[in-house]
Amino acid sequence: MTTRIVELRRGILKKNDELAAGLRNRYSGAGVMVLNLVSSPGTGKTSFLERTLRELAARGSRVAALVGDLETDNDARRLAASGAPVRQINTHGICHLDAEMIGKNLDEWNGVALDRLDYLFIENVGNLVCPSSYDLGEKTRVALLSVTEGEDKPLKYPAMFNSADVAVITKIDLAEACDFDRATTIRNINEIRPGIRIFETSAKTGAGMKEWVEYLRERRA
Amino acid sequence: MHELSLVTSVVESVTQALEDYPGSRVLEVRLKVGALAAVVEDALEFCYGIATEGTPLEGSRLTVDLLPVVIHCEKCAADIELPGVQSFRCPRCGTPSNDLRQGRELEIDSFEIDDVEVKR
Repeated sequence: MTTRIVELRRGILKKNDELAAGLRNRYSGAGVMVLNLVSSPGTGKTSFLERTLRELAARGSRVAALVGDLETDNDARRLAASGAPVRQINTHGICHLDAEMIGKNLDEWNGVALDRLDYLFIENVGNLVCPSSYDLGEKTRVALLSVTEGEDKPLKYPAMFNSADVAVITKIDLAEACDFDRATTIRNINEIRPGIRIFETSAKTGAGMKEWVEYLRERRA
Repeated sequence: MHELSLVTSVVESVTQALEDYPGSRVLEVRLKVGALAAVVEDALEFCYGIATEGTPLEGSRLTVDLLPVVIHCEKCAADIELPGVQSFRCPRCGTPSNDLRQGRELEIDSFEIDDVEVKR
Protein backbone atom coordinates (compact mmCIF):
# COMPACT_ATOMS: atom_id res chain seq x y z
CA MET A 1 0.00 0.00 0.00
CA THR A 2 1.32 3.42 -0.86
CA THR A 3 0.41 6.36 1.24
CA ARG A 4 0.26 10.06 0.75
CA ILE A 5 0.83 12.96 3.17
CA VAL A 6 -1.59 15.86 2.83
CA GLU A 7 -0.30 19.14 4.25
CA LEU A 8 -3.04 21.05 6.00
CA ARG A 9 -1.29 23.59 8.29
CA ARG A 10 -4.52 24.78 9.80
CA GLY A 11 -4.89 26.30 13.27
CA ILE A 12 -7.13 24.19 15.45
CA LEU A 13 -8.59 27.37 16.96
CA LYS A 14 -8.82 29.10 13.59
CA LYS A 15 -12.56 29.68 13.91
CA ASN A 16 -12.14 31.33 17.32
CA ASP A 17 -9.22 33.41 16.05
CA GLU A 18 -11.28 34.65 13.10
CA LEU A 19 -14.25 35.54 15.29
CA ALA A 20 -11.90 37.29 17.73
CA ALA A 21 -10.41 39.34 14.89
CA GLY A 22 -13.96 40.39 13.97
CA LEU A 23 -14.66 41.37 17.57
CA ARG A 24 -11.42 43.35 17.75
CA ASN A 25 -12.52 45.39 14.72
CA ARG A 26 -15.94 45.86 16.25
CA TYR A 27 -14.48 47.13 19.55
CA SER A 28 -12.09 49.54 17.90
CA GLY A 29 -14.81 50.81 15.54
CA ALA A 30 -17.00 51.52 18.57
CA GLY A 31 -14.12 53.14 20.46
CA VAL A 32 -14.48 50.87 23.49
CA MET A 33 -11.50 49.45 25.37
CA VAL A 34 -12.05 45.78 26.14
CA LEU A 35 -10.24 43.90 28.91
CA ASN A 36 -10.22 40.17 29.63
CA LEU A 37 -9.76 39.32 33.32
CA VAL A 38 -8.31 35.88 34.03
CA SER A 39 -7.37 34.14 37.27
CA SER A 40 -7.92 31.06 39.42
CA PRO A 41 -11.27 30.70 41.15
CA GLY A 42 -11.23 32.70 44.38
CA THR A 43 -8.62 35.31 43.46
CA GLY A 44 -11.14 38.09 43.87
CA LYS A 45 -11.84 39.02 40.24
CA THR A 46 -15.42 40.00 41.01
CA SER A 47 -14.59 42.22 44.00
CA PHE A 48 -11.73 43.83 42.07
CA LEU A 49 -13.97 44.40 39.07
CA GLU A 50 -16.82 45.81 41.14
CA ARG A 51 -14.48 48.36 42.66
CA THR A 52 -12.99 49.15 39.24
CA LEU A 53 -16.46 49.74 37.75
CA ARG A 54 -17.37 52.07 40.62
CA GLU A 55 -14.16 54.06 40.44
CA LEU A 56 -14.28 54.49 36.67
CA ALA A 57 -17.96 55.50 36.78
CA ALA A 58 -17.17 58.04 39.52
CA ARG A 59 -14.66 59.61 37.10
CA GLY A 60 -17.33 59.89 34.41
CA SER A 61 -16.42 56.79 32.34
CA ARG A 62 -19.10 54.62 30.79
CA VAL A 63 -18.49 51.02 31.81
CA ALA A 64 -20.09 47.58 31.44
CA ALA A 65 -19.16 43.99 32.20
CA LEU A 66 -19.70 40.50 30.84
CA VAL A 67 -19.08 37.81 33.41
CA GLY A 68 -18.48 34.13 32.73
CA ASP A 69 -19.17 31.29 35.14
CA LEU A 70 -20.11 27.67 34.73
CA GLU A 71 -23.35 28.20 36.66
CA THR A 72 -25.28 30.86 38.67
CA ASP A 73 -25.74 34.58 38.10
CA ASN A 74 -24.33 35.46 41.53
CA ASP A 75 -21.40 37.41 40.11
CA ALA A 76 -23.60 39.42 37.76
CA ARG A 77 -25.81 40.39 40.67
CA ARG A 78 -22.80 41.41 42.75
CA LEU A 79 -21.37 43.49 39.90
CA ALA A 80 -24.73 45.08 39.10
CA ALA A 81 -24.61 46.68 42.56
CA SER A 82 -22.01 49.03 41.02
CA GLY A 83 -24.76 50.47 38.81
CA ALA A 84 -23.05 49.40 35.57
CA PRO A 85 -24.80 47.20 32.98
CA VAL A 86 -23.73 43.61 33.60
CA ARG A 87 -24.54 40.42 31.74
CA GLN A 88 -23.91 36.91 32.98
CA ILE A 89 -22.70 34.19 30.62
CA ASN A 90 -23.21 30.64 31.93
CA THR A 91 -20.99 28.20 30.10
CA HIS A 92 -22.60 25.10 31.69
CA GLY A 93 -19.42 23.16 32.15
CA ILE A 94 -17.18 24.76 29.53
CA CYS A 95 -13.94 25.85 31.17
CA HIS A 96 -13.42 29.14 29.30
CA LEU A 97 -15.19 31.89 27.37
CA ASP A 98 -14.72 31.93 23.60
CA ALA A 99 -15.19 34.58 20.93
CA GLU A 100 -18.46 33.08 19.74
CA MET A 101 -20.02 33.37 23.22
CA ILE A 102 -18.89 36.99 23.49
CA GLY A 103 -20.28 37.93 20.05
CA LYS A 104 -23.60 36.26 20.75
CA ASN A 105 -23.99 37.92 24.13
CA LEU A 106 -23.10 41.34 22.74
CA ASP A 107 -25.76 40.88 20.04
CA GLU A 108 -28.41 39.88 22.54
CA TRP A 109 -27.59 42.51 25.14
CA ASN A 110 -30.56 44.84 24.93
CA GLY A 111 -29.92 48.44 25.81
CA VAL A 112 -26.15 48.16 25.71
CA ALA A 113 -24.39 49.53 22.66
CA LEU A 114 -20.61 49.27 22.39
CA ASP A 115 -20.28 52.74 20.90
CA ARG A 116 -21.78 54.18 24.06
CA LEU A 117 -19.16 52.57 26.28
CA ASP A 118 -15.64 53.58 27.23
CA TYR A 119 -14.69 50.26 28.85
CA LEU A 120 -16.04 46.74 28.61
CA PHE A 121 -14.66 44.23 31.10
CA ILE A 122 -14.93 40.52 30.46
CA GLU A 123 -14.54 38.47 33.63
CA ASN A 124 -13.50 35.04 32.38
CA VAL A 125 -14.29 31.71 33.99
CA GLY A 126 -11.99 31.15 36.99
CA ASN A 127 -9.31 28.94 35.41
CA LEU A 128 -5.65 29.63 34.74
CA VAL A 129 -5.26 27.06 31.97
CA CYS A 130 -7.81 27.02 29.15
CA PRO A 131 -8.72 30.73 28.82
CA SER A 132 -5.13 31.45 27.74
CA SER A 133 -5.78 29.85 24.33
CA TYR A 134 -8.98 31.73 23.54
CA ASP A 135 -8.63 35.21 22.13
CA LEU A 136 -11.72 37.30 22.87
CA GLY A 137 -10.53 40.22 20.77
CA GLU A 138 -9.51 42.11 23.89
CA LYS A 139 -6.99 44.92 23.90
CA THR A 140 -5.67 44.04 27.33
CA ARG A 141 -5.45 40.71 29.09
CA VAL A 142 -5.26 41.09 32.85
CA ALA A 143 -3.95 38.15 34.89
CA LEU A 144 -4.79 38.36 38.58
CA LEU A 145 -3.38 36.49 41.54
CA SER A 146 -4.04 37.00 45.22
CA VAL A 147 -1.57 37.09 48.07
CA THR A 148 -3.16 33.90 49.43
CA GLU A 149 -2.26 31.82 46.38
CA GLY A 150 1.47 31.27 46.65
CA GLU A 151 4.41 33.02 45.05
CA ASP A 152 5.01 30.31 42.44
CA LYS A 153 1.66 30.60 40.67
CA PRO A 154 3.16 32.35 37.62
CA LEU A 155 5.70 29.50 37.31
CA LYS A 156 2.95 26.89 37.58
CA TYR A 157 0.78 28.54 34.93
CA PRO A 158 3.29 30.09 32.52
CA ALA A 159 1.02 29.94 29.46
CA MET A 160 -1.46 32.27 31.11
CA PHE A 161 0.98 34.69 32.70
CA ASN A 162 3.07 34.87 29.55
CA SER A 163 0.00 35.83 27.53
CA ALA A 164 -1.01 38.64 29.91
CA ASP A 165 -0.51 42.36 29.26
CA VAL A 166 -0.91 43.38 32.88
CA ALA A 167 -0.72 41.56 36.21
CA VAL A 168 -2.74 42.47 39.28
CA ILE A 169 -1.96 41.20 42.77
CA THR A 170 -5.18 41.24 44.80
CA LYS A 171 -6.04 41.14 48.51
CA ILE A 172 -2.86 42.93 49.58
CA ASP A 173 -4.67 43.85 52.80
CA LEU A 174 -4.08 40.18 53.74
CA ALA A 175 -0.39 40.18 52.80
CA GLU A 176 0.95 40.21 56.31
CA ALA A 177 -1.50 37.62 57.65
CA CYS A 178 -0.39 35.08 55.04
CA ASP A 179 3.34 35.88 55.03
CA PHE A 180 3.15 37.04 51.45
CA ASP A 181 6.60 37.10 49.83
CA ARG A 182 6.22 40.15 47.62
CA ALA A 183 9.73 40.18 46.14
CA THR A 184 9.56 36.53 45.05
CA THR A 185 6.10 36.94 43.53
CA ILE A 186 7.17 39.94 41.49
CA ARG A 187 10.37 38.19 40.43
CA ASN A 188 8.38 35.11 39.32
CA ILE A 189 5.92 37.18 37.32
CA ASN A 190 8.86 38.88 35.59
CA GLU A 191 10.56 35.57 34.87
CA ILE A 192 7.49 34.50 32.87
CA ARG A 193 6.55 37.89 31.42
CA PRO A 194 9.55 40.20 31.55
CA GLY A 195 8.77 43.84 32.24
CA ILE A 196 5.01 43.42 32.63
CA ARG A 197 3.21 46.20 34.51
CA ILE A 198 2.17 44.96 37.96
CA PHE A 199 -0.46 46.50 40.24
CA GLU A 200 -0.88 45.65 43.91
CA THR A 201 -4.44 46.20 45.02
CA SER A 202 -7.06 45.64 47.65
CA ALA A 203 -10.71 45.88 46.64
CA LYS A 204 -11.52 46.04 50.34
CA THR A 205 -9.35 48.99 51.39
CA GLY A 206 -9.01 50.56 47.94
CA ALA A 207 -5.21 50.36 48.07
CA GLY A 208 -3.64 50.55 44.61
CA MET A 209 -6.96 51.18 42.88
CA LYS A 210 -6.13 54.78 42.03
CA GLU A 211 -2.97 53.76 40.13
CA TRP A 212 -4.90 51.00 38.35
CA VAL A 213 -7.74 53.29 37.26
CA GLU A 214 -5.27 55.95 36.11
CA TYR A 215 -3.47 53.32 34.08
CA LEU A 216 -6.77 52.34 32.42
CA ARG A 217 -7.49 55.93 31.53
CA GLU A 218 -4.00 56.42 30.08
CA ARG A 219 -4.14 53.19 28.11
CA ARG A 220 -7.50 54.04 26.60
CA ALA A 221 -6.41 57.55 25.58
CA MET B 1 -9.67 20.59 30.05
CA HIS B 2 -11.02 21.28 26.57
CA GLU B 3 -8.98 18.70 24.68
CA LEU B 4 -12.14 16.94 23.49
CA SER B 5 -13.44 20.08 21.80
CA LEU B 6 -10.00 20.61 20.22
CA VAL B 7 -9.82 17.10 18.75
CA THR B 8 -13.43 17.39 17.61
CA SER B 9 -12.37 20.45 15.65
CA VAL B 10 -9.42 18.46 14.25
CA VAL B 11 -11.79 15.70 13.09
CA GLU B 12 -14.07 18.25 11.40
CA SER B 13 -11.18 19.93 9.57
CA VAL B 14 -9.64 16.68 8.35
CA THR B 15 -13.03 15.26 7.32
CA GLN B 16 -13.61 18.39 5.28
CA ALA B 17 -10.17 18.20 3.65
CA LEU B 18 -10.78 14.54 2.90
CA GLU B 19 -13.51 15.47 0.42
CA ASP B 20 -10.72 16.02 -2.11
CA TYR B 21 -9.59 12.40 -1.67
CA PRO B 22 -12.75 10.31 -1.96
CA GLY B 23 -12.49 6.72 -0.78
CA SER B 24 -9.23 7.26 1.07
CA ARG B 25 -8.69 6.08 4.59
CA VAL B 26 -6.87 8.26 7.12
CA LEU B 27 -3.88 6.55 8.70
CA GLU B 28 -2.37 9.34 10.74
CA VAL B 29 -3.03 12.93 11.77
CA ARG B 30 -0.07 15.06 12.78
CA LEU B 31 -0.46 18.04 15.15
CA LYS B 32 1.98 20.74 16.12
CA VAL B 33 1.54 21.82 19.71
CA GLY B 34 3.61 24.56 21.31
CA ALA B 35 4.86 24.33 24.89
CA LEU B 36 2.56 27.25 25.78
CA ALA B 37 -0.57 25.87 24.10
CA ALA B 38 -2.06 24.81 27.45
CA VAL B 39 -3.01 21.32 26.29
CA VAL B 40 -1.91 17.89 27.46
CA GLU B 41 -0.64 15.40 24.90
CA ASP B 42 -2.04 12.34 26.71
CA ALA B 43 -5.46 13.97 27.02
CA LEU B 44 -5.44 14.79 23.30
CA GLU B 45 -4.65 11.18 22.41
CA PHE B 46 -7.25 9.84 24.81
CA CYS B 47 -9.95 12.13 23.41
CA TYR B 48 -8.89 11.41 19.84
CA GLY B 49 -10.08 7.81 20.10
CA ILE B 50 -13.50 8.99 21.23
CA ALA B 51 -13.82 11.88 18.78
CA THR B 52 -12.93 9.78 15.73
CA GLU B 53 -15.42 6.97 16.43
CA GLY B 54 -17.81 6.57 13.51
CA THR B 55 -15.91 9.11 11.38
CA PRO B 56 -13.59 8.57 8.39
CA LEU B 57 -10.73 9.05 10.87
CA GLU B 58 -11.66 6.06 13.00
CA GLY B 59 -8.67 3.85 13.74
CA SER B 60 -6.12 6.46 12.67
CA ARG B 61 -3.12 7.47 14.74
CA LEU B 62 -2.64 10.87 16.33
CA THR B 63 0.92 12.13 16.43
CA VAL B 64 1.75 15.24 18.41
CA ASP B 65 4.94 17.17 17.67
CA LEU B 66 5.71 19.25 20.75
CA LEU B 67 7.41 22.52 19.91
CA PRO B 68 9.61 24.26 22.47
CA VAL B 69 9.39 27.98 23.07
CA VAL B 70 11.66 30.08 20.86
CA ILE B 71 12.35 33.69 21.80
CA HIS B 72 14.16 36.37 19.90
CA CYS B 73 17.08 37.71 21.90
CA GLU B 74 17.90 41.27 20.93
CA LYS B 75 21.33 41.17 22.48
CA CYS B 76 22.35 37.98 20.66
CA ALA B 77 20.38 39.08 17.57
CA ALA B 78 19.13 35.52 17.23
CA ASP B 79 16.10 33.27 17.71
CA ILE B 80 16.88 31.00 20.61
CA GLU B 81 15.15 27.91 21.93
CA LEU B 82 14.31 27.85 25.64
CA PRO B 83 14.98 24.69 27.65
CA GLY B 84 11.62 25.04 29.45
CA VAL B 85 8.82 27.45 30.27
CA GLN B 86 9.99 28.62 33.68
CA SER B 87 12.07 31.57 32.56
CA PHE B 88 11.74 33.80 29.51
CA ARG B 89 15.38 34.82 29.36
CA CYS B 90 17.97 34.06 26.77
CA PRO B 91 19.81 30.96 28.01
CA ARG B 92 23.04 32.28 26.46
CA CYS B 93 23.21 35.81 27.84
CA GLY B 94 20.40 36.08 30.42
CA THR B 95 18.54 38.93 28.70
CA PRO B 96 14.76 38.75 29.28
CA SER B 97 12.60 38.64 26.17
CA ASN B 98 8.89 38.99 25.42
CA ASP B 99 9.45 38.45 21.72
CA LEU B 100 8.00 34.97 21.26
CA ARG B 101 8.76 33.33 17.92
CA GLN B 102 7.41 29.85 18.68
CA GLY B 103 5.51 28.08 21.44
CA ARG B 104 1.84 28.95 21.10
CA GLU B 105 1.13 26.69 18.08
CA LEU B 106 -1.97 24.56 18.12
CA GLU B 107 -2.34 23.35 14.58
CA ILE B 108 -3.00 20.45 12.29
CA ASP B 109 0.21 20.04 10.35
CA SER B 110 -0.76 17.22 7.98
CA PHE B 111 -2.53 13.91 7.63
CA GLU B 112 -1.58 10.68 5.92
CA ILE B 113 -3.95 8.67 3.74
CA ASP B 114 -3.69 5.46 1.79
CA ASP B 115 -3.37 6.29 -1.87
CA VAL B 116 -6.49 5.01 -3.62
CA GLU B 117 -5.37 5.76 -7.19
CA VAL B 118 -2.27 3.59 -6.94
CA LYS B 119 -4.17 0.86 -5.14
CA ARG B 120 -6.48 0.40 -8.12
